[in-house]
Amino acid sequence: MNGKSLSENAKALLLSICLLVALLGTWELSTPAVKSAGELTEYELLTGGGGQQARVPPPSQVFNKAYDELSRPFYDNGPNDKGIGIQLAYSLYRVLTGFFLAALIAIPIGFLIGMSPVAYKALDPFIQVLRPISPLAWMPLALFIIQDSQASAIFVIFICSIWPMLINTAFGVANVRKDFVNVAKTHELGPLKTALLVILPAAAPTILTGMRISIGIAWLVIVAAEMLVGGTGIGYYVWNEWNNLDLTSVIFSILMIGLVGMMLDTAFAYVQRAVKYQE
Amino acid sequence: MLKPFIEITGLTKRFPAQKGGEQLTVFENANFSIKKGEFVCIIGHSGCGKSTIMNILAGLDTPTEGGIIMGGKEISGPSLDRGVVFQNYSLLPWLSALKNVIFGVSARYPDWSRSKVIEHSQKYLEMVGLTGGAEHRKPAQLSGGMRQRVSIARAFAIRPKLLLLDEPFGALDALTRGTIQDELTRIWSGSEQTVFMITHDVDEAILLSDRILLMTNGPHARVAESVVVDIPRPRDRAEIIHKPAYYKIRNHLVEFLARRSKQLSGDRDHGGSPPITVRPGIDDADDKERRPENRPKLVSVAS
Ligand SMILES: Nc1ncnc2c1ncn2[C@@H]1O[C@H](COP(=O)(O)OP(=O)(O)O)[C@@H](O)[C@H]1O
Ligand SMILES: [Mg+2]
Repeated sequence: MNGKSLSENAKALLLSICLLVALLGTWELSTPAVKSAGELTEYELLTGGGGQQARVPPPSQVFNKAYDELSRPFYDNGPNDKGIGIQLAYSLYRVLTGFFLAALIAIPIGFLIGMSPVAYKALDPFIQVLRPISPLAWMPLALFIIQDSQASAIFVIFICSIWPMLINTAFGVANVRKDFVNVAKTHELGPLKTALLVILPAAAPTILTGMRISIGIAWLVIVAAEMLVGGTGIGYYVWNEWNNLDLTSVIFSILMIGLVGMMLDTAFAYVQRAVKYQE
Repeated sequence: MLKPFIEITGLTKRFPAQKGGEQLTVFENANFSIKKGEFVCIIGHSGCGKSTIMNILAGLDTPTEGGIIMGGKEISGPSLDRGVVFQNYSLLPWLSALKNVIFGVSARYPDWSRSKVIEHSQKYLEMVGLTGGAEHRKPAQLSGGMRQRVSIARAFAIRPKLLLLDEPFGALDALTRGTIQDELTRIWSGSEQTVFMITHDVDEAILLSDRILLMTNGPHARVAESVVVDIPRPRDRAEIIHKPAYYKIRNHLVEFLARRSKQLSGDRDHGGSPPITVRPGIDDADDKERRPENRPKLVSVAS
């Protein structure tokens, strides 16, 4: 195949690979290796981190770390030494629990607000004040009231994911085309059937947009929340490795956070595509 | 005498004043009736209130004054007895053509089994000529004509007593329009349904309807005349144009739309009298005399 017949996607992929190689190459070369990469890695493995050297580890080291960690993701050697899979699972559990609890409340209330201008006007001031609050600002209050760090982290996720879903649901519902509502009316559908058969599917793309924004924010916030509450989770892991001065693990977990975040987003993008419709 | 199927009495619609304006009286004290099984078209310039009348008939809008009685009962909201074909088809875009019809059928017959609902829906889609896989496509993947067929199939499939159509063929090309017009006539003549249809196409009105209601321009519009289409059925679009009655009716309609709809507009002293019945298709001296009766007086009112 010659260069001319390459599709746009193939070209983009090629360019992505070039960029990656250039980036990693620069990074690798700019980190002065005292010893050869192989020796260094073995040394790293033995000491459990290259923290003593005040320098950023090269990518080769990070890859080795990644290979090592990903080949046994679920090991559990006590509170401070768990596999990356376990840590991510804790974080995902908190994010998904907080997120779905928020959806459970945000979507029905969003429906109500979207359907009733009075409810919208009544609730709007509360939303406007509560929405800009950093979710982490709730943490001390949550810890005090709930008295449980695990539940507090979930609460923080709950509170940060609720707003985009609430606002998008209300917007989507309020902007359902009047024609669709008229179709429901002329077919004598009751309020519940109208909501489920007409308004929900009509507003679903907008609601899903809100959910996708929410899950993104939740994944951003969980890292910070876990750094605060400690114990388990990917946020705690990053902070713990930093305390261990194991920068290789820090970089590895940063990459993992990115990958899992992308997977969450992709999953929601998939659902979003499934409920999307063309007018 | 038998009571008419639909009786519209003293129907008035006013929209509240906008900022800085005064309230808008779309039409006032309209009185007319429709017989069972009749195919009635209503013609008038845009903005005279045709859609408003239809929405009130559908139960989607309420009149400011007056009311409509259908089959002995006052219309007080939407009902499955009245099927509506909206101007923009109003299909649910996330459902396939078939599922759009199923949506209507299962609302109408909640006790039916799923297979019976599907079978019934498919029958009506076949009636409007939508088969061969097209019924599984979403509205966005259908042409305007196909969407309109689905919309008509959905309305007919619930077997309403009254079918309301708001400029159903306005957006279609002439060829498609002709085909669907024929299908509409065919389905209607095989049923006992009453049809009330808005159109702006004079030829379409003559081809399809038993009677054509003419509205004057708004605001304060009114149904001024009721033109009987004295052309026997079945009517063929190619043959109908050779009938003398066709041109007499057509000229009458065109003349009304071009001149009298404007001259008569703003007449607020009609006292709610029902529309004058006109039969241009019949050479009847009485009718001819009755028709121009109002003209001189109203010309002076308008100017
Ligand atoms: N919701 C509304 N509020 C104010 N005015 C309206 C509203 N709906 C329709 N109108 C006005 O009523 C008149 C009649 O409208 P419509 O029934 O749609 O006319 P037509 O269908 O004959 O073209 C128009 O002048 C239109 O601007
Ligand atoms: Mg209209």
